[in-house]
Amino acid sequence: MAGNGAAPHNPLGLLAELTHRCPLGCPYCSNPLALDPRRSELDTQTWARVFNEAAGLGVLQVHLSGGEPGARRDLVAITAAAHAAGLYTNLITSAVGITLATLRQLAEAGLDHVQISIQDSEPTSADRIAGYEGAFARKRALAAEVVRLKIPLTINAVMHRANIGRLEDMVTLALSLGAGRVEIAHAQYYGWALKNRSALMPSAEQVRRAAAAVEELRARHHNEIVIDAVVPDYYARLPKPCVGGWGRRSLNVTPSGKVLPCHAAESIPGLEFWSVREHSLADIWANSPAFNAFRGTAWMQEPCRSCARRDVDFGGCRCQAFALTGDARATDPVCHLAPDHDKVAAFASLQDDAPYVYRRM
Amino acid sequence: MSNTTSSIAPDARPRLPHGVRLVHSEAQGGWVLLAPERIFKADAIASEILKRCTGETTLTAIVDDLAKAYAAPRERVLTDVTALLRGLADKRLLEL
Repeated sequence: MAGNGAAPHNPLGLLAELTHRCPLGCPYCSNPLALDPRRSELDTQTWARVFNEAAGLGVLQVHLSGGEPGARRDLVAITAAAHAAGLYTNLITSAVGITLATLRQLAEAGLDHVQISIQDSEPTSADRIAGYEGAFARKRALAAEVVRLKIPLTINAVMHRANIGRLEDMVTLALSLGAGRVEIAHAQYYGWALKNRSALMPSAEQVRRAAAAVEELRARHHNEIVIDAVVPDYYARLPKPCVGGWGRRSLNVTPSGKVLPCHAAESIPGLEFWSVREHSLADIWANSPAFNAFRGTAWMQEPCRSCARRDVDFGGCRCQAFALTGDARATDPVCHLAPDHDKVAAFASLQDDAPYVYRRM
Repeated sequence: MSNTTSSIAPDARPRLPHGVRLVHSEAQGGWVLLAPERIFKADAIASEILKRCTGETTLTAIVDDLAKAYAAPRERVLTDVTALLRGLADKRLLEL
């Protein structure tokens, strides 16, 4: 079965990237630089098959994402298929492209949860970051309808230099919108965010203040809202256990049907990805070369190989190791034990106010 | 902050909020509580408690039922149930 002596667990979550099309142009978008065109997207029936196969494999939750999933005209049918497969359905949306009428249909189709991104608490800045005038107002309107329909709402706020000073205002906004949960997600530097890194990177002092603010807000709003934080790992000493370990808990299906261990995995050259067009999900999970490339610990080099934390953080993120060192098997340089750890601070110190390269097809 | 020992009103009717579901997964080997971006594996005891959190049954009735079903001391059951429900309520996975 799996290579490197590690039998695969059952995956728990499936990220379904229904399309790369999106009206917004956020400069930190996690999609790859090379976006799948509309003509290559999987059709409704194929997604339905994928959801059934996922449920059979043990997947419990599906995250309907993109791009902007609302760009798919068959979003309601896709959501209904995921619900029929027994999956917990989570819609991850910019709110631009989902009408209130569509939302009501999605609720009837069995949608369990909605996550809406906000770019800032200040409307002008929010629309500038999104590269889309009027986006902020639409988010407010959709959020209100989500709450009215009694669907639980999460607000996702990606943090970076232009908005990190308003972290508290964004939590206040999430509360006023009726969200039960807010994600304070520091930008992760892959894809478009890597391209815009110097324009997005906050200072160490900003990050320190943000961390203190999250602690204070959690205490203040306990029982009102759950505040989850995604750490800014360029300022960390220990690497993140990316996606809970390569090929351990989750999988990601791209708009064209390629199955990836994480959304950035295509940035690593030489990996062979299989497609749901040619293989079942179970076959891909167990046997695709990309999934087995970094399963277990046999692929590790020192200092990971003999590290006490090797089964805790799995050597950190493979995509980040490759992006920052050129070797996908290297210790994630975020780790203070990594030979290339100094590089992270050097990259973090590169900060400028260059105009954003907006994410466009 | 969270207080897992504080008591729950005997006539409270605990229930799972919108967006939280208890499901059985063959492939994951048991009962799991599904919530926004979260998955909690419920062990045998937790799943028996959660199955009774329908919003119709009172805490008193749930505890009586479990104490009878498992021939366990009522005080002990009440303590365990209270701790579990209070902990889940703090995480917004349960409404009391």
